[in-house]
Amino acid sequence: MQVTLTVNGQERSAEVEPRLLLVHLIRDDFALKAANVGCDTSSCGACTVLLDGESVKSCTVLAVQADGSSVQTAEGLAPEGQLHPVAAAFRQEHGLQCGFCTPGMVMASVGLLKTNPNPTEQEVREGLEGNFCRCTGYHNIVQAVLTAAKAGVDSPSVSALHPGVQA
Amino acid sequence: MRTFRGAVKNNPMSILGTRVLRTEDPAFLTSGGVYMDDLVDERLTGSLYATFVRAPIAHARILDIDISAALQAPGVVAIYLSGDVPLADRRPPSPTFDKAMVQPLLAKGKVRYVGEPIAVVLTEEKYQGEDAAELVMVDYDALPAVVNPRLSADSVKLFDDAVSNQVGTFGSADDFDPDFFADCEVVFTHEIVNQRVAVASMEGRGGVSVWGEDGRLTAWISNQGAQGSKTALAAMIGIPADQVRVITPDVGGGFGAKFGADTEHGIISWASRELGRPVRWVETRYENLLGMTHGRDQVQTITIGGKRDGTILAYRLEVLQDVGAYPRIGAILPSLTRLMTPGTYSFKTESRATMVVTNKTPVGAYRGAGRPEATAAIERAVDFFALSVGVDSAEVRRKVLLPKFTEPHTTSTGAKYDSGDYETALNLACKSIGYDELRREQAERRARGDVKQLGIGVACYVEITGGGAESGAPHENATVEVHPDGTATILTGTSPHGQGHATAWAMLASDQLGIPIDKITLKWGDTDLIPEGGGTGGSRSLQQGGAAVQKASIELIELARERAAELLEANPEDLQMDTSIQGLKVAGSPGAQVTLAELAAKERLFVRSVFTAPGATFPFGAHIAVAEVDTETGHATLKRILAVDDAGTILNPLLFDGQRHGGIGQGAAQALLEEFVYDEDGNPLTASFADYPFLSATEVPSYELVTMETPTSYNPMGAKGVGEAGTIGSTPAVQNAVIDAVAHLGVRHIDMPTSAQRVWRAIEAAAAGGASASGGTVGSGGIASPDATATGIASHSTPDGKVSTPTSENEAI
Ligand code: FES
Ligand code: FES
Repeated sequence: MQVTLTVNGQERSAEVEPRLLLVHLIRDDFALKAANVGCDTSSCGACTVLLDGESVKSCTVLAVQADGSSVQTAEGLAPEGQLHPVAAAFRQEHGLQCGFCTPGMVMASVGLLKTNPNPTEQEVREGLEGNFCRCTGYHNIVQAVLTAAKAGVDSPSVSALHPGVQA
Repeated sequence: MRTFRGAVKNNPMSILGTRVLRTEDPAFLTSGGVYMDDLVDERLTGSLYATFVRAPIAHARILDIDISAALQAPGVVAIYLSGDVPLADRRPPSPTFDKAMVQPLLAKGKVRYVGEPIAVVLTEEKYQGEDAAELVMVDYDALPAVVNPRLSADSVKLFDDAVSNQVGTFGSADDFDPDFFADCEVVFTHEIVNQRVAVASMEGRGGVSVWGEDGRLTAWISNQGAQGSKTALAAMIGIPADQVRVITPDVGGGFGAKFGADTEHGIISWASRELGRPVRWVETRYENLLGMTHGRDQVQTITIGGKRDGTILAYRLEVLQDVGAYPRIGAILPSLTRLMTPGTYSFKTESRATMVVTNKTPVGAYRGAGRPEATAAIERAVDFFALSVGVDSAEVRRKVLLPKFTEPHTTSTGAKYDSGDYETALNLACKSIGYDELRREQAERRARGDVKQLGIGVACYVEITGGGAESGAPHENATVEVHPDGTATILTGTSPHGQGHATAWAMLASDQLGIPIDKITLKWGDTDLIPEGGGTGGSRSLQQGGAAVQKASIELIELARERAAELLEANPEDLQMDTSIQGLKVAGSPGAQVTLAELAAKERLFVRSVFTAPGATFPFGAHIAVAEVDTETGHATLKRILAVDDAGTILNPLLFDGQRHGGIGQGAAQALLEEFVYDEDGNPLTASFADYPFLSATEVPSYELVTMETPTSYNPMGAKGVGEAGTIGSTPAVQNAVIDAVAHLGVRHIDMPTSAQRVWRAIEAAAAGGASASGGTVGSGGIASPDATATGIASHSTPDGKVSTPTSENEAI
């Protein structure tokens, strides 16, 4: 079957089997490898992307179901060489270590802040309950989302390349 | 503002000790890391995919394997069974272990745990492998499964040629002093379980193998140290190590379970040679939860005695280690548990360990690897004693903590603690969390009989980091090179997978050379480029790998000084390194200078150094947890956790605290939720993320960190390791807090994980009368009498004849 999606602002098409999951369409057919597969039970959130603006676990959606939709992945969050404010906050607060959960975590956070721009700590924790991280103990991830909320997600992007130093 | 207290620092504006954001982050936050399943490489064109057929039954003889249908399935290129693969079985990891306990790379004659690889299916496409694997028909003759390690010794043997199911021992009961508790007024003994947990790194295991025309193997492995993986893989395939090149992609977490190489890597490498094509394998989560080594899994019997005033005099630890179906590194770890038996205390200790096989996934290293088990045991024992004699748990500890020392202190087990100040750590933790205030609130809630009771859990810890070099003193190498364009490259034998070495190692070089950290590239994990290295584990990286980078940078300046002297026709002694110009200047003659980049343009400018440490270092600290327990449902909530951690001088507080957070999260997870569970037939009940209670963000609070910095003299930076400390301190603190919340109801112990059901049962049992509540049932708690406990666990609890405790000790304090 033929599917056509808008992926990070570009129209993309592929010939797919009916059983193909959206996460595999994105990773294997469109070669966008930021979203990861961390489980086989839709539990971990490593595969989270925005589908028509809402964060979803892309392993819970069939590629054919996403036909005609718009998908945003970590690769498409900010222009080349820049970090999206939420991504910048993850860096600022050291909300990532091995990075495996990170693209999903960032997309889930972007989705969370869209629906609740000023969450409490508890709301952040509840909002990210479906995204697992083995490295950070969640502390700095929660801080990153709160920092991003404070800065406002519409604040100017932070340059990706400057290794900020802060005493 | 932090000051960097290391001995070697030449720049007053030094970057060292400051909060530096990670240079590696932008890539992770945009295109994402390049993990095993993301690899795109020319050499992998035409790859086959490997799918393993795994045992669905814990213990059985294999009568027949029929692959005929599977061979007809679309895309199948080959299917191999044990008999097809002429690779030697893996021997046990110690010559003292039962030599019959060998691990075949594919099950041979028998399967010994659910998930054991039986066959490998090679297909053109990945999904074809899953379909074909289902068509492999195996006929089994089921054997009784050995699940309970306490009964393993007397059960059906897993290995026909082994003496029994006992792998080996560390120490023996004969070494125990029959009068060990003779001077004690009260003695308590209890069995506690340090449960089996899944390592569950977010990225599972995986590998790709391809053979070159030169007959060499190139293997990409998701690992924690390419050089160790190379040695392990070469040994499995039976070729010289220099015929293997291991390359490490980005690694999505390891936590101890990705050292070396697994049997699957041996199989895909052999299959790749056999078929003349690259072979890829990336495991599913189901495979990961069964195939990656598990962590912990000790049954511990603690016996602790002392005076009624709360002075502890003697402590004995007996460990029964469940190693799973094959002795891997997990069978060695009880020796570390024994080494760390005394913890932070001055009272006498003795210990021994027995390792047995069961029909479960093999046990390996998991964040802390043998040391969290020691700390959990002694901190639980100390709290058990405190609760039982009715003396405050912080006070009981203060009476027996080793006094501050700056010269190495050798314990009765032979551990040489480099430096320590345990009481300051404990007092700082108490003060920072408001200990007295919390105790007051606890007393009020108890007096009111609130449904939600408060528990305060204390844990002091000391642990060992940076030990365990294969031969000789612990060491690591680094190469630093400055390029003509003013950038620099560092090669390291460590293997970052989240720890931030690219930033940290660059900071160390930048401090010496003045080159900004974003102009410094770190390379690791390619054994042709970096043939030697110890990888990242055991919290060793900064104190050895970082120290090597610093040493190489300093030596590079010396090399540059000689060359600059020649060039500028000056005395080497008159040349000064000036980081602001990233070069050397002649003192007193303005303009006479040369940059490192200019020197590099004339001749390659690089130095390789090896840093050797005098020994392991022993970070320490105190954690205090506050838990709230609903006494009607048994549900425990972790409200606060405060950690005082002293791992010597801090290089980058951002990374330092990140390591602590991660460790605390995993420790709290073990105390509160996580357990890998098998039924009585050895069937895993938690082999997916839908069933395994993986910690999520809602189950922990934000963590409160307080820092101490007592430099070690074992490296010029003064740094010890911090990667595992969080796990080691937090686990017993959280467990103790949950128990403390219901201690006034008569509960003395609840095994981890302290699930609502267990807590509730412990409360009920205590209400029904502590002694009868024991029955030896694991996890039912509420016991303070050695007589009561001994009944249920007679084979492993061996309190000597002198043990006696009035039953009144069972009553609520
Ligand atoms: S891979 Fe989608 S939730 Fe785990
Ligand atoms: S950063 Fe490693 S799993 Fe989250």
